[in-house]
Amino acid sequence: MASYSTNEFRAGLKVMLEGDPCTIVDNEFVKPGKGQAFNRVKLKNLKTGRTWERTFKSGESVESADVLDIDMEYLYEDGEFWHFMKTDGSFEQLPADASAVGDTKDWLKEQETYVVCLYNGDPISVTPPNHIELEVVETDPGLKGDTATGGSKPATLSTGAVVRVPLFLNQGEKIRVDTRTREYISRAKAD
Amino acid sequence: MTDWQPTASLKNLRRRAQLLADMRAFFAAREVLEVDTPVLSNAGVTDVNLTNIRTHDGGFLQTSPEYAMKRLLAAGIGDCYQLGHVFRQDESGARHNAEFTLLEWYRLGWDDTQLMDEVAQLCREVSGQPELPVERLSYREAFTRTGLPDPHRADLTALRAAAHQHLAADSHDWQRDDCLDALMVLVVEPALPAEQLTFITHYPASQAALAQFETEGDVTLARRFEAYWGGLELANGYFELTDAEEQQRRFVEDQQRRNAQGLPEAEMDRRLLAAMHSGLPDCAGVALGVDRLLMRILGEDHIAAVLPFDRERA
Repeated sequence: MASYSTNEFRAGLKVMLEGDPCTIVDNEFVKPGKGQAFNRVKLKNLKTGRTWERTFKSGESVESADVLDIDMEYLYEDGEFWHFMKTDGSFEQLPADASAVGDTKDWLKEQETYVVCLYNGDPISVTPPNHIELEVVETDPGLKGDTATGGSKPATLSTGAVVRVPLFLNQGEKIRVDTRTREYISRAKAD
Repeated sequence: MTDWQPTASLKNLRRRAQLLADMRAFFAAREVLEVDTPVLSNAGVTDVNLTNIRTHDGGFLQTSPEYAMKRLLAAGIGDCYQLGHVFRQDESGARHNAEFTLLEWYRLGWDDTQLMDEVAQLCREVSGQPELPVERLSYREAFTRTGLPDPHRADLTALRAAAHQHLAADSHDWQRDDCLDALMVLVVEPALPAEQLTFITHYPASQAALAQFETEGDVTLARRFEAYWGGLELANGYFELTDAEEQQRRFVEDQQRRNAQGLPEAEMDRRLLAAMHSGLPDCAGVALGVDRLLMRILGEDHIAAVLPFDRERA
């Protein structure tokens, strides 16, 4: 297995830590004028999504992680797994379990493309596009003409996600949502 | 687009020019002589934690002007300072640039306590903050105040445990000084009061570098100090070791540690040893990072913001 020395550390590098694949988020070099150098490193555990901070002596090395990010199209859910298909023309399908899908299950829409992180060939995380268009399936009736007061109400979307939307929106309308902040952006453009 | 533009603003570069002029004026007023020793030398350092950048003809770019200045002191030059560039391989980060500017000076007949006063005067004067508070703290106090073990008395297991607990480090095979250095830079330094100069004194003997020893009860300490402004290390000074035999012993010890750690061999500087044999006058000396002082004066967090071109753009 390949390994990386601290002087190769940079954001985005994929390494193994305590048996889990991680990506380096931030790497800070610190050294007393007279004394040992260290790397203060922030890593994101790709399985759990948790952020870790670790201190390494400069020159120490860690094992590389066999991790690959690829685009995949969401197909369907079978109650246990969420199935995705490669977009490289191979039509190869892979199942992702609940821990890999995580909070992204609120944004899973058929035929949409997601970034799937593969570890040793298996999906370990699924990242939605930053912006996604979804239908409002349940909300209080819209207040006609109220486009300016700035109030909001909860709306349930076709994926099950609940977001705050402006008062004028009606059931059946399609909206654009920011998946990172869970915030309403605008009405979707008419197809 | 090729990134030809400076990494510092022109405003910061003008402040830099003023700082260099003010430093020279500070020493001119005190009749301390400016010296200008070579940055390219035939010898490097043995220090385990420093690496000289080498030239193709076998030369060494200097990590500090210390050895050359001490040879001038042995030759009788008297109080002197150097304001120039030094080089340290593999040092790069928000507070590090492989090439940086060091102000180093020596005072004959002084000890470390007198020199600390002058470092404080200089910092206050050139920063335009004559009221900047100053505090002195022993290395031990700096540790215990932060809730860390006594750095001189705690055993290795306790120090490794502290490094693991505070820094999430896999410290099971770290040596004593690894633990102390890590706790110093990552726990003690960030907790130092922001708007004051803090001098940390009385280092462990294992970190004496070129400072004299002193005993305090059954503990041997080094007459070495470091100056911090907030959590930023600015300067490192010594009540200078003048004993050539002891100097040679420390060089040999460095070489053995290099060997044990699988580091490249480093020859000791014979000309420095010969000068010390001939007689280095009693003195105190200090080296201050000019770029870092400028960072503090300007409130910049990255060293690139005070350099015309950082290492990447140089």
